[in-house]
Amino acid sequence: MATSESAYYLPEVLPPAGPAPDGRDKEFWEALNRHKIVVQRCNACGNLQMEPEWLCHKCYSFDRGWQEVPGKGRIYSWVRIWHPIPPALKDSCPFLVVLVELADANGLRIVGNLLGDPNQEVQIGTPVEAVFEDHKQRNYTLLQWRQVK
Amino acid sequence: MAIATGIETESAMEKNTIKDKAAIVGVGESKYYKRGGSPISEFGLACQAIINAAQDAGLKVTDIDGLCSFAMEQSEPSRLAGALGLPELNYCAMAWTGGGGVAAAVANAAAAVACGYAKYVAVFRALAQGQTFRFGQGTTGYGMAGLMGFTVPYGLTTPAQKIAMRVRRYMHEHNVTQDALAAVAMASYHHAQFNPRAVMYGRPLTREAYDQSRWIVEPFHLYDCCMENDGAAAVIVTTAERARDLKQKPAYIMAAAQGSDYRDIHDSGNVPDFSSANYKHLARHLYEMAGIEPKDVDVVQSYDHFSGGVVITLAEHGFCHPDELNQFCTLENLTWPNGKLPLNTAGGNLAECYVIGMQLVNEAARQIRGDSTCQVKDAEISMMISGSVTTPTSNLILHG
Repeated sequence: MATSESAYYLPEVLPPAGPAPDGRDKEFWEALNRHKIVVQRCNACGNLQMEPEWLCHKCYSFDRGWQEVPGKGRIYSWVRIWHPIPPALKDSCPFLVVLVELADANGLRIVGNLLGDPNQEVQIGTPVEAVFEDHKQRNYTLLQWRQVK
Repeated sequence: MAIATGIETESAMEKNTIKDKAAIVGVGESKYYKRGGSPISEFGLACQAIINAAQDAGLKVTDIDGLCSFAMEQSEPSRLAGALGLPELNYCAMAWTGGGGVAAAVANAAAAVACGYAKYVAVFRALAQGQTFRFGQGTTGYGMAGLMGFTVPYGLTTPAQKIAMRVRRYMHEHNVTQDALAAVAMASYHHAQFNPRAVMYGRPLTREAYDQSRWIVEPFHLYDCCMENDGAAAVIVTTAERARDLKQKPAYIMAAAQGSDYRDIHDSGNVPDFSSANYKHLARHLYEMAGIEPKDVDVVQSYDHFSGGVVITLAEHGFCHPDELNQFCTLENLTWPNGKLPLNTAGGNLAECYVIGMQLVNEAARQIRGDSTCQVKDAEISMMISGSVTTPTSNLILHG
């Protein structure tokens, strides 16, 4: 049975999520589908890196691995969006986008939505936990966040 | 460009400087319109600006033998050279990136004339966003940097939203208040009231109207975001030697720089220095090349697509300490005729016209010539900064 629209933070009016055309972040998106968060880890020097790239920016090795990190982090920055772009988001505004500093990931960050009341008070440094938002018909999973109570 | 590679020595860099080898000798614009208001095409606007810049310089249009632009300009050089009947096109170059490329386009022209590739280079940008595409409508496909998958599915699609994310962090780290952003917006509107070319001429902005305007994306109100317009602007660049014999007082290029700080990747949430406007090493190079300090600068044009980016940019160019921005960024300090640092003296992207910042070069040169509509008294050193919280960025200094 298809997931209902109301299960999504934003309606499916935006282009589908998924790997870049050259496939450099394919493993990241595949992990999200399994409800796991992975970051790029260099097999040669151990450097953690996001967003994924074909090579390690420290040692230039193309031998890439992936390290799972916990679904926890802190709000590094945030915006509350009021002007709908694209216009099809009109009924979804305002909504919250957060930049989360992932726990145990050497300070790496990732963008997601902050679930809950769009008018909630948001503060930098607040702990958040991951929520996996499956878009089964479009075959991807988004990484969302909610404040830890 | 004097970007250090680590291999060159200081003295080698000095020898290779562009300082005082080229000058802006003419400025020109099309008429500026609200978006959708131009009766002619974006290409036609580009031609008008270039023709007007040549006439201002006292040159024949056919003296132009080089064309430089930036930000994926669509009036491409062979069509322009054809439409303008240029006998010889000897140089054409496009600077990478969007609004961060304005000063870089001028720098490319300066390098071209200094190296003898061309004699008179027109640097231009035209924009009619209703006719092509609107930057403010966001990008929902994979761009050159290919990071859209990490932002677009979450509704983070426009420059305003992405820059707001970095500005928010900066405001948190340095306790910058909304008042600083408001002062930048109001300074642009203040100066536009003296400039008949400005789209917002005759439409002053009060603090009350600023506060009451709707949010686009917190912390940006409507008036913190630039307009969408139809218009074009151009300048003519030639060597310092040729400049001396022309009609206008030359605005000599004292320094120019282009580049990016460490891993400041377009659209990335993982920029190490996330809360920055991306000028930390660029500003240093610029001052070193010019041989001046921030206190020597008389007037600044700073790319104001979003007020919050300007606030950070001013601190990164050394005009005040980041923790003193609330005291520094006041309407009194940023406005002509009495402010400490008159900012965006023709109205900027916010209130003159959004030609992706090209019009800021015209105004920076006018301040040196002495014919700005908000002319800073005895202005000798005029700075233009392009981009702000974009990547790569660029900047330049002109002097008389």
